[in-house]
Amino acid sequence: MTYHLEFSALLPYWQDLAWGLWFTVVLTVVSTVAGIAVGTLGASARSFGPPWLSGLVRVYVELIRNTPFIVQLFFIFFGLPALGLKLSETTAAFIAMVVNLGAYSTEIIRAGIDAVPKGHIEAGVSLAMTRLEVLRYIVLRQAFAKIYPALSSQIVIVMLGSAVVSQISAPDLTYAANFIQSRNFRAFEVYFVVALIYLVLSILLRYLLRLIGDRFVRVG
Amino acid sequence: MSLVSIRDVRKSYGDVEVLKGVSLEVEKGDVVAIIGRSGSGKSTLLRCINGLETYQSGAILADGIEVGGEHANLRELRRHVGMVFQQFNLFPHLTAAENVMLAPTVVNKTPKKEARAIAAEVLAKVGLSEKMDAYPSQLSGGQQQRVAIARSLAMRPKVLLCDEITSALDPELVNEVLRVVEQLAKEGMTLILVTHEMRFARDVGTHLVFMHHGKVHESGAPKAVFAAPQTPELQQFVSGIG
Ligand SMILES: Nc1ncnc2c1ncn2[C@@H]1O[C@H](COP(=O)(O)OP(=O)(O)OP(=O)(O)O)[C@@H](O)[C@H]1O
Ligand SMILES: [Mg+2]
Repeated sequence: MTYHLEFSALLPYWQDLAWGLWFTVVLTVVSTVAGIAVGTLGASARSFGPPWLSGLVRVYVELIRNTPFIVQLFFIFFGLPALGLKLSETTAAFIAMVVNLGAYSTEIIRAGIDAVPKGHIEAGVSLAMTRLEVLRYIVLRQAFAKIYPALSSQIVIVMLGSAVVSQISAPDLTYAANFIQSRNFRAFEVYFVVALIYLVLSILLRYLLRLIGDRFVRVG
Repeated sequence: MSLVSIRDVRKSYGDVEVLKGVSLEVEKGDVVAIIGRSGSGKSTLLRCINGLETYQSGAILADGIEVGGEHANLRELRRHVGMVFQQFNLFPHLTAAENVMLAPTVVNKTPKKEARAIAAEVLAKVGLSEKMDAYPSQLSGGQQQRVAIARSLAMRPKVLLCDEITSALDPELVNEVLRVVEQLAKEGMTLILVTHEMRFARDVGTHLVFMHHGKVHESGAPKAVFAAPQTPELQQFVSGIG
């Protein structure tokens, strides 16, 4: 038995693919920006906050890092309505992504903060800077320079992992693929093309992150 | 009133008392050299003066501001009390000029252009006009330490605390840093320096303080004290150094 490749069977669905791609891109960009913001706050609180806050952040990080993403997603989308919090697929997808990257980036950024010599903090404080100013102008700048490669990898992982949101019918690229192959029964072609799109997306994302790094992140 | 007044300060780490009632008056223009064995509490004393460490009893007043206590205005205090460290502690992501400009722009809200002018001025003072745009990693240890001094000077401190600022340097780089400090002393800067450079303490210092077991064990005019140490501990310390 031979299978005849028929890529043209995808053509009628190019708009579905395009919308799915768009959703995945927006989801990735938004959750990257928001997730890193959460991670920056989390890492700062973990390193410099009062014990109760630092403890709280630690629980959050451990909870997220030790459970599967898909379970987190299901919990937010299917579980929270039991508490009266009903979210759309799209909102749930965004929240799950931000919460997930927030935890991982908290841990990554914290490692960067730990690597900043204590003497630099004392030098900043001795120059009459407040702890917050020291954090902003001295500690985080150095921390980000140190962990930028690790953070970049995590962002790519999160982008690829975002395919999971199709499981709650958030209309991303994978969701589009599932939809198309359920219509034209061309599973090989559809997933082959979608895999290629993810591949190109990864390469572009890594390239973009490298550009941003070269431009803004100075190791000194 | 003295610029820095230290009165019977006691400080413990846990059960270990490292400052056992230290008193010291520093007047404007004084150059106080603190010497003593490792572990005698020199760094701890210096760090108490700008509030990097807290103390349990006694009082420190710097430029009229009480250092200890819950509500000490440490930010105001530190605008007038500079500190230079053994390990330079330059910010590696900033150039020499940016290192110097950071505190004036962030703390004093000095406009960038003006801050840059200040940086040019203080870096010229430490002999590093051509290195304004160099990163710390591109500078020698002696140059880095001079940038660190310039960084403190940019805040126009009334007193500068120096904790063994030449101890991390290769011997051939020590003098370029000491010359800068000597120049500051000549210009009337009030200095409190912990040092192992005995000749420098004798020639440049106006006061010598020998610390021993968390106390000021002996003090006085450097030349007199070095010529005729009164206590056996200082005699031993001075001869041990040779
Ligand atoms: N953070 C700390 N926790 C506990 N003990 C400390 C701490 N810092 C310093 N000490 C102790 O306090 C004592 C005084 O230390 P300090 O650093 O002031 O000595 P020092 O005179 O500066 O010595 P050195 O010449 O080696 O720099 C030492 O016994 C040291 O072990
Ligand atoms: Mg010391």
